[in-house]
Amino acid sequence: MNLYLDLFLTFAKVGACTFGGGYAMLPILQREVVEKKGWATDEELTDYYAIGQCTPGVIAVNTATFIGHKLKGIPGGILTTLGVVFPSIVIITVIAAFLQSFADNPLVIHAFNGIRACVCVLIFNAVLKLRKSTVIDLPTMVIFIAVFLLSALLGLSPAVLVLVCGVIGLALKLMAEKRGGGVK
Amino acid sequence: MIYLRLFYEFFKAGLFAVGGGLATVPFLQNIGASTGWFSAADLANMIAVSESTPGPMGVNMATYVGFTVGGVPGAVVATLGLICPSIIVIVIVASVLDRFRGNKYVEYVFYGLRPASTGLIAAACWGVVVISLLHITGVSGMQVTLEVSWAMWLVAAAVYLFTHWEGTKKLHPVLWIALSALAGIVFQL
Repeated sequence: MNLYLDLFLTFAKVGACTFGGGYAMLPILQREVVEKKGWATDEELTDYYAIGQCTPGVIAVNTATFIGHKLKGIPGGILTTLGVVFPSIVIITVIAAFLQSFADNPLVIHAFNGIRACVCVLIFNAVLKLRKSTVIDLPTMVIFIAVFLLSALLGLSPAVLVLVCGVIGLALKLMAEKRGGGVK
Repeated sequence: MIYLRLFYEFFKAGLFAVGGGLATVPFLQNIGASTGWFSAADLANMIAVSESTPGPMGVNMATYVGFTVGGVPGAVVATLGLICPSIIVIVIVASVLDRFRGNKYVEYVFYGLRPASTGLIAAACWGVVVISLLHITGVSGMQVTLEVSWAMWLVAAAVYLFTHWEGTKKLHPVLWIALSALAGIVFQL
């Protein structure tokens, strides 16, 4: 299949399978983009999420643009982004036009509660997978736990945390370098 | 020209809302208040629909507001407005990164960024767990009231088992989403 068409269709599928925010998209991206297509690695996904946190825009869209751009430059970035929003446009338009009380429908509420329980586990699984390639030694373990606690319990801004940890990473590696050959 | 205004308003939201889809909510409130296109109650309904339909939330909300204001063309224009800044900013960031790929210092920065990013995703996961599995109903002083839904935990436990069991772990995640939705309806979650 034409790669451009494949990019659009794959991301349309990702958009249609995502329930919730950009984080709910992660397990679907791992399956479709990392495992099935091999378009990106788990590390690249975490990089894109980190950058998506501190750049403007919806994280899901930013990540889609990144992967498209990596494969096929600017046209690729535009196509993946259009792909990921395409199902939203269709589904929301239909609901807005015909189903005025969609969100109050008890069937929808029950179904969505079930989906939420499922999405918790899917994101948890995604974290387990990412941890293997991103938490590789003691300093990265400390950063992982600290960021989790600061964000989950204190609600610190993700953008600030990402920027600070980037600086910490740079400082740690430079110090190790100075001490002589400690760089992995 | 209403479409131009729609595009402009959502371009602004896309440019200045940093973080997830919920970061666009204050911008939407502002749009509603300054244009009179929709009320705060309308917005609450739009957020509820955006949360319970497929697709990234921020995009869903843009589509919904756009449709309410200007029909199908409005939905398309609002969504394009929202994603335009992302495309521009990310293409620039990605090109810069490409140029410095393999650069030692960029690698050093990512050494710190990656565990941070994973930590943030773990925190987002915790956020969903608190809302859906722990369901905090009230906080008074040091007393936190939890309303734990055992049926929800049961669904979560089943999904965990199936996604780790050799025989079924290769199946597509959307299958578990669909079955959980079904379980939600059957058990009246």
